[in-house]
Amino acid sequence: MTRRRTAAALGFVAGGALLALLPALRLPAFYETFLYLVFFWVALATSWNLISGYAGYFSFGHAAFFGTGVYTTATLTSKYSVPFLATLPLAGLVAALIGAGIGVVVFRVRGVRGELFALLTLAITFVLATIVLNTPIDGGPGVFLAAVPVPPWLGSPHATLYLLSVVVALGSVAVAYGVQSSRWGTGLFAIHDDEDVGEVLGVPTYRYKILAFATSSFIAGVVGGIYALFVTYVTVPDVFSIGLAVDAIMMAALGGTRYWFGPALGAAIVSGLTQTLTGGQSAILNRVLIGAILIVVIVFLPDGVAGGLARWRRRRGEAAAPVAVTAVASPARQRPAVDTTLLRCADVRKAFRGLQALSGVTLDARAGEILGLIGPNGSGKSTLINVISGYYRADGGRITFDGREITTVEGHRIAGLGLSRTYQIPRSCRRLTVLDNVALSAMFGAPGLGREAARREARRWLAFAGLETKAAALPAQLNLHERKFLDLARALAAEPRLILLDEVLSGLTPAQMAGALALVRRIRDDGTTVVFVEHIMSAVIDLADRVVVLASGQVLAEGRPRDVMRDPTVIRAYLGRAYA
Amino acid sequence: MPSLNLLGQALLAGLFTGGLYALLGLGLSLTWGLLRLINLVNFALAFLGAYLTYQIATTLRLDPFVTLVIVVPAFFAFGVVLQLGFLRFGIHELTSLIVTFGLTVILESLIQWIWTADFRRLETPYARSTLKLGSLFVSVSGLMGFVAAAALALSTWAWLRWSYVGKAVRASAEDGAMAAAFGVDRRRVALLLSGLSAAYAAVAGLFIAMTHTLAPTQIYAWMGVVFAAVIIGRLGNALGLFTAAIAIAASEALTMAVTSPGWAPLVSFTLLIFVLLLRPEL
Repeated sequence: MTRRRTAAALGFVAGGALLALLPALRLPAFYETFLYLVFFWVALATSWNLISGYAGYFSFGHAAFFGTGVYTTATLTSKYSVPFLATLPLAGLVAALIGAGIGVVVFRVRGVRGELFALLTLAITFVLATIVLNTPIDGGPGVFLAAVPVPPWLGSPHATLYLLSVVVALGSVAVAYGVQSSRWGTGLFAIHDDEDVGEVLGVPTYRYKILAFATSSFIAGVVGGIYALFVTYVTVPDVFSIGLAVDAIMMAALGGTRYWFGPALGAAIVSGLTQTLTGGQSAILNRVLIGAILIVVIVFLPDGVAGGLARWRRRRGEAAAPVAVTAVASPARQRPAVDTTLLRCADVRKAFRGLQALSGVTLDARAGEILGLIGPNGSGKSTLINVISGYYRADGGRITFDGREITTVEGHRIAGLGLSRTYQIPRSCRRLTVLDNVALSAMFGAPGLGREAARREARRWLAFAGLETKAAALPAQLNLHERKFLDLARALAAEPRLILLDEVLSGLTPAQMAGALALVRRIRDDGTTVVFVEHIMSAVIDLADRVVVLASGQVLAEGRPRDVMRDPTVIRAYLGRAYA
Repeated sequence: MPSLNLLGQALLAGLFTGGLYALLGLGLSLTWGLLRLINLVNFALAFLGAYLTYQIATTLRLDPFVTLVIVVPAFFAFGVVLQLGFLRFGIHELTSLIVTFGLTVILESLIQWIWTADFRRLETPYARSTLKLGSLFVSVSGLMGFVAAAALALSTWAWLRWSYVGKAVRASAEDGAMAAAFGVDRRRVALLLSGLSAAYAAVAGLFIAMTHTLAPTQIYAWMGVVFAAVIIGRLGNALGLFTAAIAIAASEALTMAVTSPGWAPLVSFTLLIFVLLLRPEL
């Protein structure tokens, strides 16, 4: 594996060197321009993909960052006589700063995702363009750069620009590869599929998004800086064009946004085709052809060319991949001293507009116990879990975990402290395999493992939950009961000290129920404190050491299961006054 | 500071442009909000409609409004066929954007092939007639476009809000499986909406032909601002779209009159950014 990777890396560098030396062959200028444009698009499409393909934040504003780079270099070289090469890092930096600045504001707003982010970035392009157009940065007529000196490498200034484009394109592909095979990349994929789940599993979503956006903008800015000197005359409508962003999107989508080499592939195909086909009398026909190719590829290869290739390879290699399952042993942890308080909620409040979901909940979970949380529908059980795990922020009150206040702590930090949860309706990252869903949690939870170690660990937890044969499946291929257990395995792989289970038992057959009860007991025996929400009373009585009853957002009763069930106020809350 | 009269004239021009934005955005807003498909092809359709109006009205010497009899049903059929394709191939929000972009490029090429890239202008009796309102001149064709936009937006809004079919459409958009369980035929709802959206593009085309000079690349010129109006007006809300389109165009026109034309986009897009950040829930 590693040897193959080294060979691939060597090939990559050797290929790059070969391409870089092309100008030394003194080919006609046509080939240099042709390849320059291919590399130009490879870099743009690949950089766009870092934030939009990986993290799913679809940006229409790539032209804004590209344009920022163009005008940074144009201004510095023409007005302040800064050497061209020195302006390139600055072009990237200015673009990255603008990207990060936008991210700092925008990524705080939970609702701005998907197509709304697309429009926001679209709007930002227009705003930046208007500012550049109406201020001395451009002022309207465009900027001439023909007089700016470019150092001649390999004989000519044009060769220098070509070389730079090769370096930036290959560099951006290398960055894309590095990101995809790192924790960061896995985190970005989780953000793409279900950002809230990712955050609660411990992915620092906010930071990851800003970092990806800044990196993406940086590359676009550098590409812009080179482009400025390539065309030697830049205007606002040409540079801040939505068409540029759309082209980059097309190329990435065509190649495959889920693969590091996908956008590069798409860029090479489209820019190669457009350059060979346009020009001459058949220009109109060729545009039709490009439109048709886009439609056909998306209709038949929704995951792009790279996705199609991967599917083909998977189909060929499916039988050959054995699933190795190691012996099941849940990691033994120390049983904590009983009767110390692990989780404490004091007067926790949460309202949704007019509805007071939690109106002052006070409860404790002691280390090593199984605490049942029951109550009629709408009593605030799930809201409480959402508040504790950091998905919602409490309006008032204090929550402490192991002595640390976590009331206003971000979800991924709470996860890092050793608190994990499942969902009433199972939620998983739909484009990650079952195995990777669990591995995600081992990577970002308390164990903080690397990718390979996390996968090994994930196999053990899948076996623990009885899902070892489904490791390679996608979550959508599981039935409801299996998806609940996937949620559970994922929560456990974070090696939590406290696990919050939101109705894991509902919907199970009696036979499955017995297995599930045994499983929950084993979790506790291995040292994890359990808080579980449940409606099935027999299970609650069977499992819980202690029960807390919620009604209308308040604690109604608390105590041993059998005592609580006989409490008249509890019966009244469930069944109405007549039965009490 | 320009004279009050000039400001009034600018505001009026803004209102009429806003009507055009609304007509262009109606189809996009409906398919995006209610079918979760971003249909760029509406922009190309509107210009195809404009060229068809131009062609039919000039060669057959018809009143431009008569051309709607041909163009509207034809476009409705196109919308239905397009939706059939979307359903057949399971096109979703993101891929719809790419596929309809491809279609837009094809339609643009078609237009350029038939009518060339030269500018075309429809000469109609409406184009030169103006009304005088106090000291302001009101262009008749502009006014008609504005009235048509208002009428279509209002009736669409009322239809979605109060009619049974409208309620079925909204239910289907909110939870398709649930609506289907209650007997809503999602497929028919989707086909109807897509057909309607394309038909709106035909109406938009008529008024573009009556008020503007035509060129194939104009297809892309209004995309950004219409998108802004669709979002600010809330997806699937025809009346919201109309209001937003008018507000954006009027503010643009005023900005142009007070400062220089170059600053105009700043208003609408800054507005869009703030709306997105402060009220992102759609």
